[in-house]
Amino acid sequence: MKKKKTYLQESIIQMILALFASISILTTIGIVFSLLFESVIFFNEVSIIEFFTTIRWAPVFDPPSFGVLPLISGTLLIAVLSSMVSLPLGLGSAIYLSEFASSKARKLIKPILELLAGVPSIVYGYFALTFITPLLRTFLPQTEIFNALSASIAVGIMTLPMVASLSEDAMMAVPNSIRQGAYALGSTQLEVSTHVIVPAAFSGIASSFVLAISRAIGETMIVAIAAGQTPSMALNPLGSIQTMTGFMVNMALGDIQQGSIEFKTVFVVGMVLFIITLIMNLIAKKIIARNREVYA
Amino acid sequence: MTRYQKKLRMRHFYNQAFKILLFIVIALSLIVLITLLFDIFKKGFQTLTWDFLTSMPSGRATRAGILPSLVGSLVLIALTALISIPLGVGTAIYLELYANKRSRFFKLLQLNIANLAGVPSIVYGILGLAIFSQLLKLGPSLIVGSITLSLLILPVIIVSSSEAIKAVPSSIIDGSYALGVTRWKTITGVILPMALPGIMTGSILALSRAMGEAAPLIMVGAVGFVTFLPDNLLSRYSALPLIVFNWTSRPQAAFAQIAASGIMVMMIILLITNLTAIIIRNKTQSRID
Repeated sequence: MKKKKTYLQESIIQMILALFASISILTTIGIVFSLLFESVIFFNEVSIIEFFTTIRWAPVFDPPSFGVLPLISGTLLIAVLSSMVSLPLGLGSAIYLSEFASSKARKLIKPILELLAGVPSIVYGYFALTFITPLLRTFLPQTEIFNALSASIAVGIMTLPMVASLSEDAMMAVPNSIRQGAYALGSTQLEVSTHVIVPAAFSGIASSFVLAISRAIGETMIVAIAAGQTPSMALNPLGSIQTMTGFMVNMALGDIQQGSIEFKTVFVVGMVLFIITLIMNLIAKKIIARNREVYA
Repeated sequence: MTRYQKKLRMRHFYNQAFKILLFIVIALSLIVLITLLFDIFKKGFQTLTWDFLTSMPSGRATRAGILPSLVGSLVLIALTALISIPLGVGTAIYLELYANKRSRFFKLLQLNIANLAGVPSIVYGILGLAIFSQLLKLGPSLIVGSITLSLLILPVIIVSSSEAIKAVPSSIIDGSYALGVTRWKTITGVILPMALPGIMTGSILALSRAMGEAAPLIMVGAVGFVTFLPDNLLSRYSALPLIVFNWTSRPQAAFAQIAASGIMVMMIILLITNLTAIIIRNKTQSRID
């Protein structure tokens, strides 16, 4: 009798746990469903060709214009400028930590990077607007109060720890025998790092780069605070721009009627953002899977 | 000097130059962190008073306080913990101890969790807005905010809990089974107690990430400027990052100053939670070693 009861109890528990696990799948379905549902209605009213080819984004103007390209170019500007900060500095930090630092220095530096990674993006946004922008304006007086460069620097600082930690993991995974072999041939640390370790860890480094750019594309509060609200194709780092995420926040803060076409733009732009970041994350995974050196 | 010696000297020179360059890079991130903390401290220290902590927000910066956002953040995070930790740990237990690792469902779950971890937080806000706020008609309420944040940090909790469960030696688990203990009793009596520090560290770090998130909350309709305290699951609320955003968006310098004070409150809470997580991690590391 007791055995039967225990068996029943065990299988109920298993079912409940499987249910919990399926929540994560339901989340994905929920995201795709909510984005698709409103986007389909949107594209009934605005042609998809107009959406992807018009170079003016003014959904709340009269007459409205629904060309998403200015938002995409603003987002790309942030992604490119921020990676100029995060990729070299992150890779440099990773090389230092993995190949040059003593274990004592590593113990000191890693928590600093973890702290930098733990700072909320709203704090970086505040820092960009009240510290980086005034600093830029003393050197480049033509800089606008809201500008892409200041936001990009902050986004770059925010994504730097991610590049550093993922690249360092990849370099640490290179077997010591290979490293020692290169040193035994008389190589300097620089030569070992750039000719042996970085090539061997290339897939991990490349995927950390892609993930950092993807994170920069999805970053919201920094650009909402510091980058401005002007959709623009100008690609001017010192001028005000608007990114996809910045637009979404801006709309959510306003009094837009639910169900209106302006309201649906939030979902359409969200859809574009979701697809871009999803593709980048899949690319990052592919790079890792395809180029992984198997060290036995 | 032979050509070889010259070349060797150059190689060592380049090496030294590279070393110095890397050192500058590392120093730069340290300088940035110090500058950031110092800048916010300098701006916000003066206005961080007891009155600031215990007053309602106001249209006048000198009178404005942060109480509804402080309480809101704490309640929001407590609810998020109640939702996300059981779900996340339950999923991790299922993945590591129940699921057939060669089944399609398992592979789908893993791929799905990995992809969810890369979805921008603002997209979770869209999910919350469409499904919970509108479809289920829960509005911009506390419960919608916590469900949204829970789904956002779920992948992080699942992954860290899975790692913690994996780290439990299989000899101990087999020992429990050998004594005739059922699977569930083995999980609650043997595996979870051993994995608990790892699960706690991961969960605390995930929750402190949720605490700093503003974008998804803005998408589900939360606002910073709220002059009452939340009293039930359906009431409106504010949160620390939201009021900081509200104050930062105002042009007056006085609001920028109290925004810095708000950031200080938020950072102090985050520092305490992160330190707790690090202490738990370090204690258990030494035990297993």
